[in-house]
Amino acid sequence: MSRSTFPGGIHTYDGKELSKDKPITVLLPKGDLVYPMSQHIGAPAKPVAAKGDMVLVGQKIGEAQGFISADVISSVSGTVKAIEKRLTAAGTMVESIIVENDHEYTAVEGFGENRDYNRLSKAEIRQIIKEAGIVGLGGAGFPTHVKLSPKNENDIDYVIVNGAECEPYLTSDYRLMMEEGEKIIDGLKIILKLFDNARGVIAIEDNKPEAISRLKELAAGEERIEVRPLKTKYPQGGERQLVYVVTGRKLNSKKLPADVGCVVDNIDTVLSIYMAVAKSTPLIRRILTVTGDAIKEPGNFNVRLGTSYSELCEAAGGFTGQPEKLISGGPMMGIAMFSLEVPVSKVTSSLLALKKDQAAVTETNCIRCAKCIEKCPLQLMPFKLADASIHGEEELFVKYDGLECCGCGCCSFICPAKRSLTQSIVQKKNEILAKRKRA
Amino acid sequence: MSNLFHVSAAPHARGPVTTGLIMKMVAIALLPTSLYGIYNFGIRALVVILVTVAACVATEYIYCKLMKKPVTTGDFSAVVTGLLLALNFPVSIPLWVAVLGAIFAVIMVKMLFGGIGQNFMNPALAARAFLLISFPERMTDFAVKAASGSSFKDYFLYGAMGVEKAASAAADAVTSVTQAASDVVTGATQAAADAVSGATPLAVLKEGESVDLFKMFIGGTGGTIGETSALALLIGAAFLLAIKVISLRIPLSYILTFVVFILLFGPDNISFNYVMGQVLGGGLLLGAFFMATDYVTSPATRYGQIVFGILLGVFTGIFRIMGKSAEGVSYAIIFCNTLVPLIEKVTMPRSFGKERVRNAKQSS
Repeated sequence: MSRSTFPGGIHTYDGKELSKDKPITVLLPKGDLVYPMSQHIGAPAKPVAAKGDMVLVGQKIGEAQGFISADVISSVSGTVKAIEKRLTAAGTMVESIIVENDHEYTAVEGFGENRDYNRLSKAEIRQIIKEAGIVGLGGAGFPTHVKLSPKNENDIDYVIVNGAECEPYLTSDYRLMMEEGEKIIDGLKIILKLFDNARGVIAIEDNKPEAISRLKELAAGEERIEVRPLKTKYPQGGERQLVYVVTGRKLNSKKLPADVGCVVDNIDTVLSIYMAVAKSTPLIRRILTVTGDAIKEPGNFNVRLGTSYSELCEAAGGFTGQPEKLISGGPMMGIAMFSLEVPVSKVTSSLLALKKDQAAVTETNCIRCAKCIEKCPLQLMPFKLADASIHGEEELFVKYDGLECCGCGCCSFICPAKRSLTQSIVQKKNEILAKRKRA
Repeated sequence: MSNLFHVSAAPHARGPVTTGLIMKMVAIALLPTSLYGIYNFGIRALVVILVTVAACVATEYIYCKLMKKPVTTGDFSAVVTGLLLALNFPVSIPLWVAVLGAIFAVIMVKMLFGGIGQNFMNPALAARAFLLISFPERMTDFAVKAASGSSFKDYFLYGAMGVEKAASAAADAVTSVTQAASDVVTGATQAAADAVSGATPLAVLKEGESVDLFKMFIGGTGGTIGETSALALLIGAAFLLAIKVISLRIPLSYILTFVVFILLFGPDNISFNYVMGQVLGGGLLLGAFFMATDYVTSPATRYGQIVFGILLGVFTGIFRIMGKSAEGVSYAIIFCNTLVPLIEKVTMPRSFGKERVRNAKQSS
């Protein structure tokens, strides 16, 4: 049974007006391309191209290792310049293949050819998606072929396309829905082919009425596809919140959507599935938003994977002044960066440059106002968890379900004492999980 | 252009509400009843309020300076503490008692435990309880308006009446009341003059007599500075509810439980007048909306807040009906403050998607 909304959540300044009416423009890379071998959840890929090798557009240069992993595909043609550790947007040093672009964009054989997906078997579709290196483009980067291969595919009764785009400032999914709606519907049809008992739900926050009516129009006559408006509230696009609102089923952190009969895929992921299956185009580009009050001309771009962030900034007209903060992703869950010399990866959703860093505030004592409890979408007690984290009380932290935290940031946002609750909780959670993994 | 950027963990957006803003809102919500108190009891009420607030703020400031800690007076919580404390004083309170209460509230109850957010009792109420025990006559001396001609020394040390006058008032309340009233009987201040009547509505009810409910609702009765006007209190409470600084969970469960309690255990010949008199009188509304809802000393969990309200209702009922004193709100609140950790422990919310324990057992 569907619900009107989920418990908790917040309303923020959404900043989407900066870029929502800017059509997606294609941006071709100028400099070298950097392909980190780990742009997904799971084992890093293994380089299958050596220094000096000539590579083509669509060629596999990193091979998935193990079941939960993903291939890495070259987005340009050129020569492998080096294989070395490079800085990523997450601030980590990751083994990467560096390709010198020959600007010819010579593609591998069969690249871009039309394919009739109705003739493909389920196994063939899954194989194509795997070889296209597709991962969840909403931000988590979970390999999509794994998601589309649940234990029992007949138990899946919902395929949910996540068009919530609840992160403030981001508009790339919105632009895709407006510009590539047909392909998204076709992409969903391809996924539905894999799950005979499922119906497709395209879920969109109601702050995007144009996208809702556009897709409703396109989905008219499709028996298995429904467009579902969602109440606008952050974090509506969170997997657990989305599944709950659409189906009424609750997930805890240990469960996957497939455990309650759902497959959830982001808009851009669905489009990438369409491109891979119907157009023989693996995942070599990413739609993203370059925005913020420190960006001269905010906009949405179609960018080849591996392009440097500094080129993104340049394409958007550069900075209007000295930005205080650079964020990869949205303001709620994005990662602050200290350098623009990092590559666009599969999970990059945005480059956000802000003149004023709202998080630069002094923490004061907790006044136990309980706003964090009220707003926590997972009904946790953030201020108690943060206390347990700071005091190193692991048992208490686990007892209070600290491991359930999804890091959405609502507690830190709402806290009148400006405490970094999310940071304390997520840090402790990661520490405990890492410890368990080692044990 | 420098290449240094801020780096911090997510989220990078923060909401506009600050502790200081919340405290300012509470202070604003207390204005209607403060203003009515001043109208009702005269200019001395204003003096009491200003002195108490100033004493609270000054105490916190000096304490922070002496302890070499960051000065926290900017968060306005000392203002709220001072205001609440002042509203709990009778207008005749000697100012040195008010200052003593302010110092006790800020230092003993709040700062020694670590400042704002760390106290386990409501500072204003704990100070009131301390003063009630230490200076019971001065804290319950409702028989007064400022007598004209008091010297400043009298004013500061002994409150409105001065010691001798207080003694004579006790000896001959009727004369004193008439005398004081006649000083101010001019049409417009008639209502204010009525406030002189020594007994509070609750004391009247305790004697088994009935009270004027309309007057209690508007506020022209005896009592502490801030508790007499139900209307002014409700305006302030409505403001706090509207801007979501407080929720109805604590006040509503508190008042409803209290009503049920007095219906069950009240006097045999219970009347509507008695019930409403009990609800409107004796600082129940002030306590329920402004002091029981104090974030720091009330449960943070949803169900915990309801449990807290129910306990408050029961204890207030016990104190008022079975106890010797006509009042009970202050003691009920500070007593229940100490139960808060326990209440929170048993009312922990179940996290999203967590299976009920029963189901978990079956599946394992």
